[in-house]
Amino acid sequence: MEMIDRVKVRVQKPEDRVKNFEEVELGFNEEEALKEASRCLNCQNPRCRTGCPVNIAIPDFISAIKEENFTEAYNIISEFSALPAVCGRVCPQEKQCEKLCVKGIKGEAVAIGALERFVADYAIRNNILSTRKVEKNNKRVAIIGSGPAGLTCAGDLARNGYSVTIYEVLHKAGGVLVYGIPEFRLPKSIVEKEVDKLKALGVRILTNVPVGNAITIDELRKEYDDIFIATGAGLPKFMNIPGEDANGVFSANEILTRINLMKSYKEDSKTPIKKGNKAYVIGGGNVAMDAVRSLKRLGIDAHLMYRRSEEELPARLTEVHHAKEEGIVFDLLTNPVKIITDENNNVTGMEVVDMVLGEPSEDGRRSVTEKEGSNHIVDCDMVVMALGTGPNHEALKESDIKLTDRGLIEVDESGIKTSIDNIYAGGDAVTGAATVILAMEAGKKAAKAIMERNN
Amino acid sequence: MYKVLKNVPISENSYLMEVVAPLVVNKAIPGQFVIVMSKEDSERIPLTIYDYDKEKGLLKLIYQVIGASTLEMTKVKDEIFSVVGPLGRPNEMCKDPEIFKGKRLVYVAGGVGIAPCYPQVKYLKERGFQVDIIYGARNEGLLLIRDQIEKVADHVYYATDDGSYGTKGFVTNVLEEKINDYDICVAIGPFIMMKNVAELTKKYNLKTIVSLNPLMVDGTGMCGACRCEIEGKSKFACVDGPEFDGHKVNFDVAIKRMNTYREEEKKKLEEMKKALGE
Repeated sequence: MEMIDRVKVRVQKPEDRVKNFEEVELGFNEEEALKEASRCLNCQNPRCRTGCPVNIAIPDFISAIKEENFTEAYNIISEFSALPAVCGRVCPQEKQCEKLCVKGIKGEAVAIGALERFVADYAIRNNILSTRKVEKNNKRVAIIGSGPAGLTCAGDLARNGYSVTIYEVLHKAGGVLVYGIPEFRLPKSIVEKEVDKLKALGVRILTNVPVGNAITIDELRKEYDDIFIATGAGLPKFMNIPGEDANGVFSANEILTRINLMKSYKEDSKTPIKKGNKAYVIGGGNVAMDAVRSLKRLGIDAHLMYRRSEEELPARLTEVHHAKEEGIVFDLLTNPVKIITDENNNVTGMEVVDMVLGEPSEDGRRSVTEKEGSNHIVDCDMVVMALGTGPNHEALKESDIKLTDRGLIEVDESGIKTSIDNIYAGGDAVTGAATVILAMEAGKKAAKAIMERNN
Repeated sequence: MYKVLKNVPISENSYLMEVVAPLVVNKAIPGQFVIVMSKEDSERIPLTIYDYDKEKGLLKLIYQVIGASTLEMTKVKDEIFSVVGPLGRPNEMCKDPEIFKGKRLVYVAGGVGIAPCYPQVKYLKERGFQVDIIYGARNEGLLLIRDQIEKVADHVYYATDDGSYGTKGFVTNVLEEKINDYDICVAIGPFIMMKNVAELTKKYNLKTIVSLNPLMVDGTGMCGACRCEIEGKSKFACVDGPEFDGHKVNFDVAIKRMNTYREEEKKKLEEMKKALGE
């Protein structure tokens, strides 16, 4: 059999894309999708599936693509995922399904993520809705938070006849998908379409409701049979170094919220964004990449500072690759110790220190220590902290839901049940900041647990 | 969309807005705030609750026209895009009046800061507290809702910078004269006024609560734009506040942080004026 190389996803040229917020990856066209699908061996024992947190029947949907039956491919994916257009774009496939693909042993894995995206986009373009028949039952479920965990749980329950209401504190549904992940990775119109599909299934979304303040969990219990808490990890962390309250120091959340939710990258936006000359984004995860690449697009000389080396960067490989292509400067093995300001409290620079890698610690990550006497000054007028986020338990006010020592919501061995009957929790609120697909897995788990209880 | 019943000027640069928002007012306690957006593409602006009618589900806000977004808000008619709340923690005395029973209270307000003071005074007066108000502004024309506050407080003392009404001078001049009459002070107004009040009351060891109104985006603890230095530690005004112990706030940093977007705000105001044909 003729060996075909993995079909490359077309992308916007780096020199063009650093000047706009449009999507970087352009996705497969039909011809490319068919060619890539033909590479799938349709293994009897598909290892790829075991790498998917929501267990999508990957060879089946790829087979449907081969037969040019894209609607069928969409229906297959829809049995497992409520947000394929999102996952096809933001899942770390190279660490999941594609990592286990047999083709990857001697060559390159099948581009499962790009194929998923192709199918999902085809469905959106052609307005295809899942064909599954829904018989309503009389059960009511409240979901707190409309991020990936909440939306997935809502989708699974609604398709099985449940009446679902999602409570969202912001003015727009989608959680991190709308406030966090930038337009150039995940167009907001795509998120909106996925949310619209859920609404078409009968899911009710109430925006602008701060659960905990406007209505408490105890009050929700009186109205609903089950509750799923999917409030995410929204509280930004800072370094607690001198000068961090200076003008020009921001959390990545603030930068991303202004740009994504409030659209401040547009000239006519009513929400301002600071456009400094030179910015350092501190951190090495996906959020750091999103922030630094966003700043670059605003015309700022954008640097990324990370205390470990390139190998340890927690961000997706693709994001690191794209960031480099776009001219992001990586200052590795360096860490800030102090923010320097002028008399008006504006940032003028940072005192930073070189770092040295040590042996891997218990969690497998290599430890780092400061290199003595290596302190030096770097100039900048913006510093963006992308150090991860902690849980935000505003929604739990006046409830007795137990927390762990780390301040996360405590769940039992099922991984989804809280200390209170019929209340479930999942996603970042339970695990700490993680990925979209893991939050979706939790959403599925919660839906399953709720359905099992009500059967 | 939320129904707007009223959006009218009540002074040279302040407006009163009444919005139907039952879920916002249902559990609101004085001291909490809301975030409003005039239109879908508007900025999110935090406003402390001025008054509410729980039976009618009516929320009342007073806002000062200071920039592009508040100017845009003056044009709102019939409907407003978004109102979310109640946000933040309630005033500690309004939350647990029993704990503070018998305390003599003074509210010190500056300018539009009287709006968030009003519901607290009303609420605490109804629960048997003795409450006075010291209210200052640059001139008489900038003193708001005088009838309402005089109805709910035991005494209202006024101060104007130019002497056009009440004592000529600052609220701190009036407060210092009567400082021994009170057990707890609540100061709400511009940062510089709250700073001056807190410095004065610290000398006299008078417990002082201030309500901070820094820059904010989401108002739910997500962005950290509103972080303030409280006893050397970073706190978020939106979820940890907005009220803090006035003697622990680093007002100098807070005042400087307000300038973060000064240039951008100026530009946006010019653009908005142009767009509105003003």
